[in-house]
Amino acid sequence: MFYYILRRVLYTIPIAIGVSLVVFALVHLAPGDPLSAVMGEVDQKMLAEMRASFGYDKPLPVQYIIWLGSALTGDMGYSLRTGAPVFGTLIDAAANTMIIGTAAALLGFIIGATFGMLAGYNHGAWLDKVVSSATIAGVSVPHYWLAILLVIVFSVQLGWMPAMGAGSAASILSWEAWKHMILPVIALAAIPCAIVARTARACVMEILSMEFVEALRARGLSERRILLHVARNALPTVLAVMGLQFAHLLGGSILVETVFTWPGTGYLLNLAIFDRDIPVLQGTILLLALFFVSINLVVDILQTWADPRISRG
Amino acid sequence: MADKALVTVENLTVKFVSHEATVHAVSGVSFTLARGEVLGILGESGSGKSVTLRALMRLLPPNKTRLSGRIDIAGRDVMALDPMALTRLRGSTVAMIFQEPMTALDPVFTIGEQIVEAIVQHDGVGRAEARRRALELLELVQIPSARRRLDAYPHQLSGGLRQRAMIAIALSCRPALLLADEPTTALDATVQIQILLLLRSLQQKLGMAMIFVTHDLGVAVEVSHQIAVMYAGRFVERGTVGDVVHRPRHPYTEGLMGSTVHEVPQGTRLTPIPGSPPNLAALPPGCSFAPRCSYAVPACGKALPELRVIATEGRFPHETRCIQPEAVGTRSAIPA
Repeated sequence: MFYYILRRVLYTIPIAIGVSLVVFALVHLAPGDPLSAVMGEVDQKMLAEMRASFGYDKPLPVQYIIWLGSALTGDMGYSLRTGAPVFGTLIDAAANTMIIGTAAALLGFIIGATFGMLAGYNHGAWLDKVVSSATIAGVSVPHYWLAILLVIVFSVQLGWMPAMGAGSAASILSWEAWKHMILPVIALAAIPCAIVARTARACVMEILSMEFVEALRARGLSERRILLHVARNALPTVLAVMGLQFAHLLGGSILVETVFTWPGTGYLLNLAIFDRDIPVLQGTILLLALFFVSINLVVDILQTWADPRISRG
Repeated sequence: MADKALVTVENLTVKFVSHEATVHAVSGVSFTLARGEVLGILGESGSGKSVTLRALMRLLPPNKTRLSGRIDIAGRDVMALDPMALTRLRGSTVAMIFQEPMTALDPVFTIGEQIVEAIVQHDGVGRAEARRRALELLELVQIPSARRRLDAYPHQLSGGLRQRAMIAIALSCRPALLLADEPTTALDATVQIQILLLLRSLQQKLGMAMIFVTHDLGVAVEVSHQIAVMYAGRFVERGTVGDVVHRPRHPYTEGLMGSTVHEVPQGTRLTPIPGSPPNLAALPPGCSFAPRCSYAVPACGKALPELRVIATEGRFPHETRCIQPEAVGTRSAIPA
């Protein structure tokens, strides 16, 4: 098991390097000069000096090596817009995204897995019908639309919740901080919740039709015990889907964060794109890509633990 | 036969109902079984033998199945048991082993966990004690390096070891009745014999009654005291192994003997039974075998023959559902 994990961790290194290469190339493949967008009309001599000071006059491979080398030491340059160090900005944004991403994952996964399993177990009953319809709605609704709807109802009309920002509470354990999180977390949790519920339901139904469930009944096990067996068999599949959804939550919350102006990586990315703030853009995309890579790593390791049939050799 | 029967089944009928059709899987099966006795049920696939076994434990899905008749096991009226009482009966009084051990064991629990779980559920002992007994059980079913195998997952064992593990689980709470649903069919020929010998010796050692369902005549002969031949959901012949195998008095039984490769000299021509089993959703009014039977006379198609006793000299009476049992065997070959 230890060697499996070690090997799996080592595999992620070339993946991470590849990811960084793609991130760098993508940003630089876009036409136009990063500086001209920020500076506007200035004289050519000054622009050339600026380019040299940011290193944009060097050949791309050299720029990549320099960028990667300093990124590894935590120096990702300075924002072209604000002049603040990219690394610090990213850490703050990532922490904010982590907070609502994790909260949305907990909320969505617990509700989704529980109701999905119960629906599959009581296939055809009213609970199953309710869950099935709810999950179809859940996967069909665009989450930014849901976010706007939540703002209109709970912030504008009812005035219960703030519509924007993360608040200024010192601790995330205060009601002030929670109040700002509730709406974005609900908007984020809807899709993962529905997807996890659908997966769990399908998985449980498939497992219930297997012969070993009849064999478990023949052993005189209680229904609760049988449900435990079924859940344990559904775990590897559900876990894989949860991992993917969690990665999406951390990386793909641009729209929801933008609607709520939640100061996370998604919002930061949105700002950086419109400002053509290349250092911030590169740093953010790299960080999100690394989120994906590491979550996949964790899910792979969890799966070998959850499913003994996956070889650890 | 003097002692009180362990199992009494009277007129057991199983119907599968759906929107399209009602399938008569089992129609009026009756038998009794004493402690320590082995009943072999012989029949081809779809004859209702596996359904009969499942009905004894009420394992069939209740929403699609209509059960009727009387099932009495160890003094309990199985038909009347509530779900709680049913789980107490299953596994402790009646246990079952399945045809395909790979699909009948939970793939993500170790063998040890599955045995321990059954013991804890039925006997209420602690996990350490249950684990000690699980080890004894694996040794009882002759699994080599039992201690190591306790922590093995089903996919890590060979087919034969898996079937031994399943037998160990079934025996974990010392059942009085073991139901065996083709336990050797999915195994290699050499392993089949080992499992068969193991089951026979365990049955004798523990004094269990056993109902052994198979389509393999040779297997049925090895383990059974009495054999019932099943066709289209009914017993068509029943008696001691000697009677049924050597003096078959039903054309279907004779046909089975003619189409098997057991105990026949080399070069003997195998005779298949012509036609195919009847549609259980639309059974013919008379004898269900009549359309395939070379002895059939017009009377066969009129009314369903009763299962009647034709000889009583053996340990079990010899019964047949044929109206002209004396004719069976008079024709050397069934015309194809």
